[in-house]
Amino acid sequence: MTMVESLNAALDAEMTADDRVVLLGEDIGTTGGVFRVTADLLKRYGSLRVIDMPVSEAGTVGMAVGMCLAGLVPVVEIQFDSFAYPAFQQLVSHLARYRWRTGGSVSMQAVVRLPFGGGIRAPELHSDSPEALFCHMPGLKVVCPSNPLDAYSMLRWAIRHPDPVVFMEPKRLYRLNRAWFNTMPEIWDGWSAAIARQGSDATVVSYGASMHESLAAAELLEQDGISVEVVDLRSLWPLDKSAIIGSVQRTHRLVVVHEAPRSCGVGAEVVAMVAEQAFESLRSPVVRITGLDTPFPMFSLEKEYIPSSELIASIIRKALFK
Amino acid sequence: MNSTEQLLSYPRLDPLDPVSLWRGMVWLRSYDERAVALQRQGRIGTYATFWGEEAVQVGALSAIRHSDWMFPTYRENGIVTLRGLPLERAWSYFRGDPGALFDPREYGCAPQSVPLASHLSHAVGWAWSRMVGGHDDVALAFFGDGATSEGEAHEALNVAGVMKAPVVFLCVNNQWAISTPVSRQTAAKQLVDKAIGYGIPGERVDGFDVIEVAESLGRAVERARNGNGPSFIEAFCYRIGPHATADDPSLYRSSVDEEHWRSMEPIGRMEESLIREGLLSYSQAKAYKEAVRTTMLEAARRLDRLPRPDRSWLGKGTFASEVFIGGLTGEEVLS
Ligand SMILES: Cc1ncc(C[n+]2csc(CCOP(=O)(O)OP(=O)(O)O)c2C)c(N)n1
Ligand SMILES: [Mg+2]
Repeated sequence: MTMVESLNAALDAEMTADDRVVLLGEDIGTTGGVFRVTADLLKRYGSLRVIDMPVSEAGTVGMAVGMCLAGLVPVVEIQFDSFAYPAFQQLVSHLARYRWRTGGSVSMQAVVRLPFGGGIRAPELHSDSPEALFCHMPGLKVVCPSNPLDAYSMLRWAIRHPDPVVFMEPKRLYRLNRAWFNTMPEIWDGWSAAIARQGSDATVVSYGASMHESLAAAELLEQDGISVEVVDLRSLWPLDKSAIIGSVQRTHRLVVVHEAPRSCGVGAEVVAMVAEQAFESLRSPVVRITGLDTPFPMFSLEKEYIPSSELIASIIRKALFK
Repeated sequence: MNSTEQLLSYPRLDPLDPVSLWRGMVWLRSYDERAVALQRQGRIGTYATFWGEEAVQVGALSAIRHSDWMFPTYRENGIVTLRGLPLERAWSYFRGDPGALFDPREYGCAPQSVPLASHLSHAVGWAWSRMVGGHDDVALAFFGDGATSEGEAHEALNVAGVMKAPVVFLCVNNQWAISTPVSRQTAAKQLVDKAIGYGIPGERVDGFDVIEVAESLGRAVERARNGNGPSFIEAFCYRIGPHATADDPSLYRSSVDEEHWRSMEPIGRMEESLIREGLLSYSQAKAYKEAVRTTMLEAARRLDRLPRPDRSWLGKGTFASEVFIGGLTGEEVLS
């Protein structure tokens, strides 16, 4: 299964399991979404549960809030990363804090799915990585799978979870590789990071599409005799602190890799947390390998912007093992 | 004649000269068809075709003067070539080339808006500023039927009405927003009905008829220029092509429908009437179209020769001041 197919399977499973689950978004019905994540669901569940919305992101997320109040479980698809911006008000002023604003009485059991990131030669404003914005706003949980298996188990978790979840989908991985599974994976626990590769010389913490380059960098470094452990965050907020710290305590070196701009990114939080809680385990300064603090470039330059496996490997070699 | 002798510069539009409008449409059609070919050949990436919307664009542009500004969307990506942006630069946008980005003041044209309806308030802000600065310039803002559903469209239309900003809101109702028909955007019978709610004049025109568009826009521009505030024009047409080259309309609409509307496309219809009226001859029409085609082919060759951007472009333009920005490598690079 590709990630697109496993996301589709997860939606299908939850819609069958719970008839309160409804999907909303632009072009998600007849065409099954621009990436086909909702393919065939309109046929299966009808237009009261798979709702083609007018082009109104703010209104769509706002409607999801109202649906939660009425006891439904809305799953919103935002067509591309930056089209979440018109909905920012609803995401942060309402979805994120409705529970708090009702004295903890009403949960917003909603998911906002957000295809994000570059690497697919997309036009301007179709390649942003805005995850840190959502991590920073209290009340939202932010998760991001890096492979088809996790995509399935994490989306099923997100739909069942009582709090609002921003579900970041690395669109570069949508069809990049397939996973074969005979039985569908278990539903995720909602917080745990994964040790995607074990190693002893350094810990690389990453998530989403950058996991791909991080794992490839680990392969490259192995040829030099450097053993790298790769931690896949999966949950960007909250962080699985014990997994990260546990790994750093074993390897004594920390590198964070993401495609999003560097400053105030998810990596900064990981690094700060390790500095606070495991400072004495570190044998060398921490390193962040990230996108630039600039708008995502026009796509002819995207390969220069997204950290490549060669770059990651060479920085780790130079910075940690001089 | 060799091909260089046939190279043309972009046609100048005069709303009172129908042949000039026809020429403008031929220019845009040829630009669009060449771009689709470039995309198929892998020389540019995903491209938003506007086949059939030439009358809306040319009619509108003909109604404004040089000091008026346009605020286009991705659908009007070629319109700025009718104000002198080199063709290859316009296409290089779809090659993901930062060299495609231009200074709006040079062409009186804002960058094409990708987030729907988000540019409409820019038109209001620009137009109002010109007005209070003592100028009588007008902003021409394009947006689609789908974009009318965005909250930002409402905000811009409303504030323009309140502040009497000299803006012409040109709503290109091509009846589709990707796979969503206009009937799923609004319960209003026609989009122009929205004008009433903002207290501004509205007109609905046949978007396949360049003369009708030019006349209606002419009235709206005049109102704006004379201090009578904004207008809402709905140009009713049809998105004959796919949403963009990556889209497959067969998933959501019938080809019978497409064929019906294709037969209404604006250029052939106008060409016939110009010939009937003796304003244009077959051979003139043929020669002009040939020359435009050659111009486009030559520009496509220049596109291939444009230098490819390198790393040094990455930080360019982010800030006016020199600042250090966090870099890929963990080093700091200078913007
Ligand atoms: C804020 C925002 N949301 C979603 C999109 C994705 N999108 C691109 S074009 C489009 C349809 C727009 O339809 P319309 O306004 O009718 O213009 P047309 O494409 O027909 O010219 C959508 C939903 C976007 N560009 N911006
Ligand atoms: Mg449209």
